[in-house]
Amino acid sequence: MTLVFEKRKTVSKTAIVVVPFISFAVSLVLTGVLLVTFGANPFETFAAMFKGAFGSGRAFTETLVKAIPLMLTGLGVALAFKLRFWNIGAEGQLTLAGVAATWVAVYWSPWLPAPILLPMLVLVGCAAGALWAGIPALLKTSLKVDETLVTLMLNYVAILISQFLYYGPWRDPKGFGFPGTEMFPKAAWFPRIAGRAHIGLYFALVAAAVLWFVLQRTRWGFELKVIGNSPKAARYQGISVERNILLAVLLSGALCGLAGVGEVAGISRRLQQGLSLGYGYTAIIVAWMAQLNPLAIPFVAIIMGGLLVGGDQVQMVMGLPSSMGLLMQGMMLFPMLAGSLFTEYRIKRMTGTQTREAARGGV
Amino acid sequence: MGLITSLLAITLRAGTSLVYATIGETYAERAGILNLGLEGIMLMGAVSSFATAYYTGSLALAIIVALGVGGLMALIHAFLSVTMKANQVVSGLSITLFGTGFASFLGQRLGPASNGYYLVGLTGPRFTPFDIGGLANVPILGAVLGQDIFTWGTYLLIPLAWFYLYRTRNGLSLRAIGENPRTADAMGVNVNRAKYGYTIFGGMLTALGGAHLALAYTPGWSENITGGRGWIVIALVIFSMWNPARAITGALIFGGINAVQFRLQASGTNIPAAFLNMLPYLTTIVVLVAITWWETLSKRVGSPASLGTAYVREDK
Repeated sequence: MTLVFEKRKTVSKTAIVVVPFISFAVSLVLTGVLLVTFGANPFETFAAMFKGAFGSGRAFTETLVKAIPLMLTGLGVALAFKLRFWNIGAEGQLTLAGVAATWVAVYWSPWLPAPILLPMLVLVGCAAGALWAGIPALLKTSLKVDETLVTLMLNYVAILISQFLYYGPWRDPKGFGFPGTEMFPKAAWFPRIAGRAHIGLYFALVAAAVLWFVLQRTRWGFELKVIGNSPKAARYQGISVERNILLAVLLSGALCGLAGVGEVAGISRRLQQGLSLGYGYTAIIVAWMAQLNPLAIPFVAIIMGGLLVGGDQVQMVMGLPSSMGLLMQGMMLFPMLAGSLFTEYRIKRMTGTQTREAARGGV
Repeated sequence: MGLITSLLAITLRAGTSLVYATIGETYAERAGILNLGLEGIMLMGAVSSFATAYYTGSLALAIIVALGVGGLMALIHAFLSVTMKANQVVSGLSITLFGTGFASFLGQRLGPASNGYYLVGLTGPRFTPFDIGGLANVPILGAVLGQDIFTWGTYLLIPLAWFYLYRTRNGLSLRAIGENPRTADAMGVNVNRAKYGYTIFGGMLTALGGAHLALAYTPGWSENITGGRGWIVIALVIFSMWNPARAITGALIFGGINAVQFRLQASGTNIPAAFLNMLPYLTTIVVLVAITWWETLSKRVGSPASLGTAYVREDK
């Protein structure tokens, strides 16, 4: 008897829902085993993490604070991944957008009327994110340069640009040598909903719904789907592959940029160290766990935000490293990827004779 | 002459970890497996070797542990991409995410209680450059010979890796697997076993590169000790056109950039540090664009044809 793998024409509907949950459970078990080897009680640890992330109103708003940038970058990454454009530059797009938004908030506010300051901030920030994603997109579509590397390298460049600015020319002269820009004027603050959770949440939820609609119900969404499945088939149908990739990646960068705008205008209200805590990388896990489905992304982002906040909590309560949350997120993708065998392939058991017959019949 | 010799010495030292990982990844990619997990594997190699050296005092054991850890990490990637036929890009990314998280966790947990369980800021045993006596003052040669055992290892590894790939029967099968796995299969090569083997070998060499950072180059452990070297290596493999002998060029360029950075910072330049630190990343982009452009113009394809795709065997 042998196992035969047959590529499915459409992905398995059951597997696509079940696999993420199993992946989460497997990650819990693996982390539990690790905790035992380090002499910690896994049940107590997970309980503390859960309580720290969802146990109170304050805890939940902190989880949302982390979930907002994860939703936006997750959506951006998912859109690009749909086209098999491996944008791992969300971190840089977020950072550069934060820099651009800071520029508007600090240097345009003296002459820009207050009511249009916030819209301008969002616009310029998103444009900066789109620009930063546009460089690898243009290199890919015009010269076929590998986008994985270019997007990643630009992360380092964006972070160094922001460091240069808040350590150097943009440093607050009244900041007692503290590396960071001056505080934004109030007109440039994102209104907050509860705790530190800001209106970026609404932007993220609307973006998720709009992206889902565009991908599922519009002509453009259909074209993107065809390109994602097979660029060759798309060309035969007269779809402009390069132009669509470029457009989609610009949009992807703008979404990641919006996350950065939210971080500076909603949370820190200035540009300083620690603008992004690796959201751009966690976004990859968010997108993949959500199976690139925009409607699932907000939920996954809240769970991942919870892991980050819970990780900080176990550090305070139990003295375990805060990187626990990161570690758990890292482990989640393995079962998820292994599960893709079940979503994308049909596995058949065959006896010896069946195998031979199948080979003859060309099944 | 003294300046050139000292620059060359730093260049070779800085390029060492890149050479190990570039050759490792070249072999994996020749077998058709793209491993974007290098950054994570390097970090794990660094943290595990440093912790071992710190507690046991044995550098040999530290190297063995790094090799084992690197092999295991790559085994996960091989299992996901060969057996489970997962997307290799995402599988590699998840290795990097996992490795980064796990290395950071270990770095905050494995240390002694007196240091708050942190490994950061500790000093352990380290590899030092060989004392070559009077030869150290000979221009150029002094820089080449006065290196630690890791750098000396690259002098051997580069020709050996080239010879194996282009002059042995196994090397021929390896190149066949990357170009056309079906043909290799027909030739009687066990394709998937070879993919596993070369991916694991690649992971071991990559972890060795990480160990070099923690045991000789930096030395010590800090969270971002690799600083994107694992990603630069992916570009170096493309730059070297999947030829181990050319790995030296890429490593020299990037090691050279490090050396110039060092030199300029030491001489108190007016150029802000942030811009100097951008150089390796910007150079990577420029190199990548140039090589891709050149490939298009000369109509040469450097990458193994089956790179990144799962091999599904058809029944015979």
